[in-house]
Amino acid sequence: MKKDLLSIDDLTTDEIYLILDTSEAMREIGQRPIKKVPTLRGKTVVNLFYEPSTRTRTSFEIAEKRLSADTLNIAVASSSVLKGETLIDTALNIEAMQPDMIVLRHASSGAGHILSRICKSRIINAGDGMHEHPTQALLDAFTIREHKKRIEGLKVTIVGDLLHSRVLRSNVRLLTKLGADVWVSGPPTLVPAGIERFGVHVSVNIDEAVADADVIMMLRIQQERMQGAFIPSLREYFNTFGMTTQRVARAKPDVIIMHPGPMNRGVEIASDVADGPYSVILEQVANGVAVRMAVLYLLAGGVEVD
Amino acid sequence: MSKTLLRGGRLVDPANGRDGVFDLLIDGDRIARVGRDLPIEAGVKVVDVPSGLVVVPGLIDMHVHLREPGQEHKETVATGTASAVAGGFTAVACMPNTNPVNDNAGVTGYILAKAAAANLARVYPIGAVSRGQKGEQLADIAELKKAGCVALTDDGHPVSTALLMRRALEYAGMFDLPIIEHCEEQTLKSDGVAHEGFHASALGLRGIPGECESIMASRDIALAELTRGIVHIAHMSARQTLDAVRYGKLRGAKVTCEVTPHHFVLTDEMLGAPMAYDTNVKMNPPLREDADRDAMLAGLKDGSIDVIATDHAPHHADEKQVEFDRAPFGITGLETAVSLCFDRLVHAGVVSLPRLIELLSVNPARILRVPGGSLAEGAPADITILAPDMNVTIDVKTMKSRSKNTPFDGWTLRGGVAATIVGGRVVYVNDSMDFRI
Repeated sequence: MKKDLLSIDDLTTDEIYLILDTSEAMREIGQRPIKKVPTLRGKTVVNLFYEPSTRTRTSFEIAEKRLSADTLNIAVASSSVLKGETLIDTALNIEAMQPDMIVLRHASSGAGHILSRICKSRIINAGDGMHEHPTQALLDAFTIREHKKRIEGLKVTIVGDLLHSRVLRSNVRLLTKLGADVWVSGPPTLVPAGIERFGVHVSVNIDEAVADADVIMMLRIQQERMQGAFIPSLREYFNTFGMTTQRVARAKPDVIIMHPGPMNRGVEIASDVADGPYSVILEQVANGVAVRMAVLYLLAGGVEVD
Repeated sequence: MSKTLLRGGRLVDPANGRDGVFDLLIDGDRIARVGRDLPIEAGVKVVDVPSGLVVVPGLIDMHVHLREPGQEHKETVATGTASAVAGGFTAVACMPNTNPVNDNAGVTGYILAKAAAANLARVYPIGAVSRGQKGEQLADIAELKKAGCVALTDDGHPVSTALLMRRALEYAGMFDLPIIEHCEEQTLKSDGVAHEGFHASALGLRGIPGECESIMASRDIALAELTRGIVHIAHMSARQTLDAVRYGKLRGAKVTCEVTPHHFVLTDEMLGAPMAYDTNVKMNPPLREDADRDAMLAGLKDGSIDVIATDHAPHHADEKQVEFDRAPFGITGLETAVSLCFDRLVHAGVVSLPRLIELLSVNPARILRVPGGSLAEGAPADITILAPDMNVTIDVKTMKSRSKNTPFDGWTLRGGVAATIVGGRVVYVNDSMDFRI
């Protein structure tokens, strides 16, 4: 594996499968009465979060603790960034204390690349601006594979605010790399320019996009998108792109419904879909811990891959 | 008064229809004679110009940020003009977005005093269109003209409203001052940081479409027609803008335009490679896609582009070494322009050397209505000696500019500058060459 995990582009197909396979073993640790192994004992992991996050930070922290790493959470309020220290200086200061890994969440795309260039510590991107959230895509792939036993050849439809979504960008890279048939759908105001060059189908017709889908992945719509005139109203958004049981019925009978969270019920997804039999949303959260354990373990040098 | 005879060597002077082996006699600060096999008078210093070098009218960069007053940590008039002469430029026109803004005779006079003290390249200040560049009220344009400003602009931003632009064109027309426009429809730009397209999308960077530029250029060209004013479109980047300029010229609007070397050499592919999120490829307007870059080359070739200007925009390393979306826009350009022009235009067969000299010297002088652009007898002895076949490896460590923000560091290019002469004085000699003057 490369030193850092900044993007799905950093991983070969073999490495992705290695992470998914290792995640299976890691999940078993979480099912034991004593959910702890000494694998990363003596390793220091800093969770450096420049953006508020509940799910991702908690997930990383639990993963680190289950592997017996010494963990440290640094939540940097954006106001203190404006006051002074640059990202590079903060990173150099943390680096001076010789951590083994830094898990970074930041509002700017490419923030991890800056750390990667100056830090000896391994950098794990836990979400950088609108760029990528690679561990989310890995846990999504793990969840899909668990249900479908494969990823290649599946029709995966991703719906919502594509423009601002780092989850989209990681998933598109990963799923196309593994041979899935990826469809994306959302209002044209929220479709990134040139996205078809990733090898995905783009459709503003949600019914076409979800037809015969094996997997439907919903993305969050943020309230403030109305102010930017991306969408007229949440009500109209739900009517046009919201995932309802009627729409789900167009997909394959064994379709699974995913959402990276946090979810807006009644905006991008109806509650009866979110809580319904096809939903694997909470499984994604559970799998997140196992996948992050696998990433931490492998990046720490658990296995050499060529 | 000292006399110097530049003997032999190719002389390219498109303003006077010359391209061949000529001698050129400098007498004091003027060009005294140009001709074949000029006699050697007593007391004349004779400099033999090697056959590989080319004597041309001094290059003029009409779009430079010298940063003084107010941002001397990025550049000063002294370091900026040292950079200019090292890049072969005998004159630069400097943008008014200093602190305070160059919207009054006091600031103009300050810049000119600094330029006189530095005594390197000629400096032509460009005044603000609006007071404080705020886009509300016209600056004192007659005063700026009298103090020495050669053009007006609110560069960094477009002139805020169509109404103010109309008034500015009308009023500045009285003084024959061109208005240089940074074209950008600001609501469309929004919080964009890179060209809207696949590369920005892949990296999660907010996009700026080419239409952001062409919409504003179209407005300004229409207003130039309405008012018979003179508009010059700065740092054109988008193919749509070039089309707007061509159409305006066809209709007889008084419109000219410039392109920077980085917009005819680089594309938005640089956002991701060789170094992802390199803030030295963040500039405004942004690097655009292949079709735009190719359109700029076509415009240079077919004559619809008038000028190559660098938009030399120095920034301190501390300001650039931040997250991509937080970094300031802009790169330096004075010391890389000639090499890029030779390598990518002349040697690549896009334009001839005489045409390049029109783009870098004749046309900027004509548009700004300043002396230069000519090696006529009696003209100021502003002369650049070029080395078209010299291999140059760009090295920021040897640059004269106070700032080092260029994406071209380490590039090896064919073509460079041998020497720069301003008003008969040798102000730069390339010490990596054997040539001495």
